This record gives sequence, C-alpha cells and structure tokens, in this order.
Amino acid sequence: MANVNANHHDSHDHHGESHGSVKSYVIGFILSIVLTIIPLVVVLQGWMTGNAAIAVIMITAVLQFLIQMLFFMHLKEEKKPRYNLLALLLALVIVVTVVAGSIWIMMYNTVAH
Amino acid sequence: MWENIKTFASEFFVTGDPLIYGADVSIALTLVAIVFALTYFKKWQWLWKEWITTVDHKKIGIMYILCSILMLFRGGVDALLMRTQLAMPDMQFLNAEHYNAIFTTHGVIMILFMAMPFMFGLFNIMVPLQIGARDVAFPFLNSLSFWLFFWGAMLFNMSFVIGGSPDAGWLAYPPLSGIDHSPGVGQNFYIWGIQISGIGSLMTGINFVVTILKMRTPGMKLMRMPMFTWSALSSCLTIMLAFPILTVTLAMLFIDRFAGGHFFTLDGGGNPMMYINLIWMWGHPEVYIVVLPAFGVFSEIFATFSKKKLFGYTSMVLAMMSIAIFSFFTWAHHFFTMGSGANVNAFFAVTTMLIAIPTGVKIFNWLFTMYKGKITFETPMLWAISFIPCFVIGGMTGVMLSVAPADFQFHNSYFLIAHFHQVLIGGVVFGFFAGLYYWWPKMFGFRLNERIGKWAFWFWNIGFYVCFMPQYGLGLMGMTRRVNEYDWSQGWDMGWMPLNIVSTVGAFLMGIGFIFQVWQIAYSIKNHKRDVNGDPWNGRTLEWSLPSPAPVYNFATLPKIQEVDSWWEEKERIKAGKPTPQAPLEPIHMPDNSAIPFIQSLFWFIAGFGFVFNWMFFAIPGLIGVAVTMIVRSFQKDEGYYIPVDEIKKTEASTRGAG
Ligand code: HEM
Ligand SMILES: [Cu+2]
Repeated sequence: MANVNANHHDSHDHHGESHGSVKSYVIGFILSIVLTIIPLVVVLQGWMTGNAAIAVIMITAVLQFLIQMLFFMHLKEEKKPRYNLLALLLALVIVVTVVAGSIWIMMYNTVAH
Repeated sequence: MWENIKTFASEFFVTGDPLIYGADVSIALTLVAIVFALTYFKKWQWLWKEWITTVDHKKIGIMYILCSILMLFRGGVDALLMRTQLAMPDMQFLNAEHYNAIFTTHGVIMILFMAMPFMFGLFNIMVPLQIGARDVAFPFLNSLSFWLFFWGAMLFNMSFVIGGSPDAGWLAYPPLSGIDHSPGVGQNFYIWGIQISGIGSLMTGINFVVTILKMRTPGMKLMRMPMFTWSALSSCLTIMLAFPILTVTLAMLFIDRFAGGHFFTLDGGGNPMMYINLIWMWGHPEVYIVVLPAFGVFSEIFATFSKKKLFGYTSMVLAMMSIAIFSFFTWAHHFFTMGSGANVNAFFAVTTMLIAIPTGVKIFNWLFTMYKGKITFETPMLWAISFIPCFVIGGMTGVMLSVAPADFQFHNSYFLIAHFHQVLIGGVVFGFFAGLYYWWPKMFGFRLNERIGKWAFWFWNIGFYVCFMPQYGLGLMGMTRRVNEYDWSQGWDMGWMPLNIVSTVGAFLMGIGFIFQVWQIAYSIKNHKRDVNGDPWNGRTLEWSLPSPAPVYNFATLPKIQEVDSWWEEKERIKAGKPTPQAPLEPIHMPDNSAIPFIQSLFWFIAGFGFVFNWMFFAIPGLIGVAVTMIVRSFQKDEGYYIPVDEIKKTEASTRGAG
C-alpha cells in the first residue's frame, strides 16, 4: 500500500513485478498482428459479408483485447492490490455504457420521426 | 509572382478588422520585448536549464498556472468584447461572423486552456507535497504533458491572427463544423489544438493516478490522504476514462473533414447526432473533472481556516468517488431536445438529479466543518465562503435544467448560460483562485497582499452577480445564446436591452477584479515579508511541514504518517515535547532534466500546423520528428543523479533558517 520504494526512479529493477520475457513479447506481437490482418483480409477480399463479417470483426477484436491485456499489460502477473484489474473493470463498465447508451439513444432517434 | 504572394498572404493572415491589426501589433511587440529582455539580461540559458527542460513538478506546476492566467486574460477579453457587443447591439461592434468566432474561442480557451491547466498546475505543485513524495511517478512524462499542452494551446491561439478562428461553437457540432459548412482552416485549428493538448491531459491523468496510488510516504494509507489529493485522484480517474472518448470523436471528425469520411455527415450514411452523443460522453465528465479539484481545495481551506478537522471525511471521499463514476451516466441531459424519446430523457433526467445528492452532502460537510470553528477570514477563506451560496444557486438551477420537459424551454437560452457560468466561475474559478491564494506562500515563500486581494475579491463577487443574475431573467424572456443582435432598432423590441446593459456592467466589474489581482501579485512581489517557518496559515497537511518554497527533493527524510491531518497532530506532539523521531539522512535520487519533451511537442506543433493547412511538407517532417525523438528517448539510459547527504544538510540548514 505505502510507498513502493523511496527512491522510486530506479525502483523498476527492485520491486519484483515481472515485466515479461522477450519470448512472451514476440508471441504477443505476432498474435496481435495476425488478429489485425484476419478481419482486414476478410473484409477487403470479400470473403464474408453482413452478419458473418461483423461476427469475425467482433471476435477478433475481443481476442485482440485479451492479447493486449495478457501479454503487454501483464494482467495475470499483477500483485496485490490489483489496481490494474480494478481499473480494467471500471473501464469495462464505461465501455459498456458508451456502446449500449449510444445504441439506445440513437435507436430512439430513428424511430422518433 | 508578387500577386501570388499577395493573395497567399491575405488568405494566410487574418485581415480586415482593426481589432486584429491591434492584436497583431501587440503580439509582435510582446515577442520583441521578451526576446530583448532575455538577451539583455542574459537569461536564455537560465530559461532553458531551469524551466524549459525541467522535470521538477513544482516548476512545471508554476508554468501551468502562469499559462492558465494568460489564457484567463485572453478568454476574459473575449468575454468583455462579447458583452460590449450585447450592450450596444446596433453598433456593429462585432458582426455575426466575428461574434461566432469569439464565443467559440472564449469557450474552448476557458475550459481547455484555462481551467484544465490551472487544475494541473495545482495538482503538480501540491499532490506530491501532500502525500510525502519527492516527485510524480513519471517526471519525464509530466514535462512532456506540459509541453504538449503548451504547444497545443499555441496552435489554437494562433488561429486568431493566422488562417482564421474556429467559429462552430466550443463543441464544434457537425454538420456546421463539417467540411461543407466550415471549409476554412479554423475548425482544423480547433481539432489539432485540442488533440495535441489532449494527449498531454490524458498522460497527466495517468501520471497522477499512479503517483497517488504508488508513491505515498510510509503510513499514508488511502484513508489518511488530504482531501485535495482525493479530489485529484477522482478527477484523474475521470480523465483517464473520459479523454479517450474526446480523442476518438475528434479523430472521427478529422477523418470526415480531411479524408472525406462519413461518420457525421448528413449524407453517405453519416449521422451528426452521433457526434453530439459522443462529445457529451466526454463533455459531461469534463465538467466534473474541473470542479472536483475545486471541491478538494475548498475542503482544505474550510478545515484550515476553521481550525477544525474536516467534517465527515469518509462521506466526503465517498461523495467524490461516486460523483466521478456517476458523471458518466448523465450525458444525455445536454440534448434532451434532440428527440431521443421519453424513456431516454426520463432516464437521464433521473441520473442527473441523483448526482445532486452527493454534491449536497459535501455542502453540508463544509457547513458543519465551519460550525463552531474558530474561523478567520483571510482571502483564501473569503473565496471559499463565497463559493457556497454561488454553488447552491448554480446547483439548483442545474436541477431545474435537468427536468427534461422544462428543459425544452431553457435549452440554449441565457438561462443555461447563467447556470453554467455560475458553476464554472463560482465553483471552478473561485476554487482555483482560492487554491492559488492558499498555496502561494508554499510556491514562492511569501504571502500575497491581503488588502488588494480583498478588493479583487469584492469586485469579482459583486461583478459576478451583477453579470449573471440578469441572464436568468433574459433566458426566461426568451433570449437565446450565441446571438450578437436582438434587433432593438428593427421595431420588435423584446425588452432585453436593460438587463443586457446591467449584465455587461457586471462583466466589467469582474475585469476590474482581475486587474486588482494582477496588481496584487506585482505589488506583493516587490513588497513582501519572507515567510520563514513555511506554515503561514497554521496548516494541517504535510505540505506545510516543509520550508517555503520546498527544496528540489521536497522531503529530506520521508515522514511517517499515523493519522489524517498528520502535520497538525505532529505540531501537537512537538508542543508536548514528543516529536516523531526522523530517520537519518540518505542520499536522494532525483531524475535528470530533459530537452526531449519540449522538442517533441514542438514537432507535434509543426505536424499539427501542417495538417491545419493541409501542407504535407510540414506535417510529414513534423511527424518524423515526433518519431525520432521517441526513438532517441527509448535508447537513452536516463539514470538520474544522487544528491549527497552534505548537500541536503546544507539546503535544510539554509531553507529552514535558524530553527
Ligand atoms: C469572466 C467572466 C465571463 C464572462 C463575462 C463570460 C461571458 C460569456 C459570454 C458573453 C458568452 C457567450 C454567450 C453567447 O452569446 O452564447 C460566453 C460563453 C461561454 N463561456 Fe463565458 N464568460 C466568462 C467566464 C467563463 C469561464 C470562466 C468559463 C469556463 C471555465 C466560460 C465558459 C464559457 C463557455 C463554454 C461558453 C459557450 C461558448 C459557446 O457557446 O460555444 N466562461 N461567456
Ligand atoms: Cu452535463
């Protein structure tokens, strides 16, 4: 809880939170690129259209999100208190509000006239 | 050739208005004077070493506040120009185009380039001192944030003399702000000025959340933090969640304008209403971002000047944190009239009314803090006390606006203008002024003159009510916002003239108040007594345990905290002859200065300027510069330096005087 380290500026090597290995970074990097290319190709090449294309985009987006969290934000390795996890949950609440709220507000707009 | 240059120049520079030429001349003269003074007094090196490349949070804070006061001046002049026009609507003092540009720049500057940096300045100077830290978590990033803000603000302000100002309102609703209706460069200045400084705001938000969560001195549990630090935490959390929405929304608007996108256009499947929906998802949290820290300042001041513990510490914390979260669920109250239907309006009316509850809790906490306290009325306390009635009225008219059916009457009328100025001036501006007066001795080592300060206080306060109370009436009489004429002479006199004249008088009274403040600062710089013990107000929180101004490293030894208001309790212990023993001195590790934040932000400015005019020969080199400075930075081994114990001893001996 209290100050992690008085001399915080050089604290990175000392306070024991792992920052991942080269291997995990490379795997994460490749996965994130693959997950970017899939939806792009699917749409550009016209392999799928309509709901199928939307489903692919959504699924790859969610996977992308998880990759970022696990490989780059080190969500699994976090020590207590889990500020990252808490912040993430809060952000999710806001994201859901933004998306669902917009859909709700804009749907009514289209039926109003 | 010559002809080409002439046409280019007349499009590039804003021409044709005496006001603009006046501004051109004064800007040029100011620049010449600054350059001359710096050269004459051989201060260039000092400027570069001590300020431009500094990563010291205290100095960065001072630079933020300095810029924000300059921006208050520009925004204030805009306001007085508009009020002058409205007092004599037939004189063509400002024509419609000019009026549009001025209310737009006034709104943007006041919120994004005055209120935000003022707040960041106070965070920078006080949060590390209040939690017993030696700097912020990421000092380099902090400097980068400041310079991004600075160059973003410069870019925005330039539009006044080069290219033309934005004029689609402070939130730039499409389709008006789209390329079809605003083909000029003004809207581009708007987008890039805000985007560049917005990156800085987001990074500051992250920086302070991490600082507060990770860098508290031993024993400073979360529930022992000073209330201003709590307010900074709640505000910065809100920044982290809200600013990305702004960035994305403006990026989409930019794509529409620059690359022919159709997010918010009227054709091609776009929908301008989506923009309004998105921008207010940032816009409403934004008002809480700036007002929560003001609440934090007031909490410190009420406790200090009542010589009492803050009443209801826990409820205050809960109120602030719940406001921070609930501010994300009310955004649609800004467009009840858009036609989203009764269910949507009912939902957002209720969430808006609910958020008034924690705010009410806080008001009562402040009143109970003062109740039976030994109150003294120095200037910080005067601003704090005057805030309460002002905010109560502003809050009540806010609840009136939140009644969706009634809002169809109030919407975009002067009733709304009066309401939001009441909470923004009475809450945010008064709060930041109070904070500046309260912490000035800590920043500079002397107090500001009280007598001139009281004059400033009364001019601002009386001016405020004279200016904005009549506007509630004007709103109910049907006067809408953003009009520069109301056809007094055309035979359909609405009877708006008298109240408008009163209102303008009030605005000028506030202007006089501002002049008093400038005089107060200048006067106090020349004639002051040094504050030797560092605790002029008999404060309660950790910052007052330090000498004024605080040394670079802030705390020679990190204090051990045992309770809320720890410095107050420690003073009691010292009086009783039982001070908490201090750890022995050790060398202190500090971060190195860096020129990269300044240079990288300058490249952002160049890139932004290129995008504004669609000049890729500016934009591309600018972006390359940004990338190169980032790469250089990532290969730098910036290890900082140690301040040896001897030097700490010397500094402590000299700053703490004999005692
Ligand atoms: C110093 C006293 C001030 C005066 C006399 C003043 C006056 C005005 C006037 C005359 C307008 C234009 C109304 C219209 O025609 O629609 C306006 C708009 C506005 N003001 Fe102020 N103002 C002051 C301070 C502030 C402050 C401190 C803030 C924010 C922190 C602020 C934020 C705004 C905003 C956001 C708008 C709306 C701009 C728009 O319509 O796009 N003002 N103000
Ligand atoms: Cu709102």
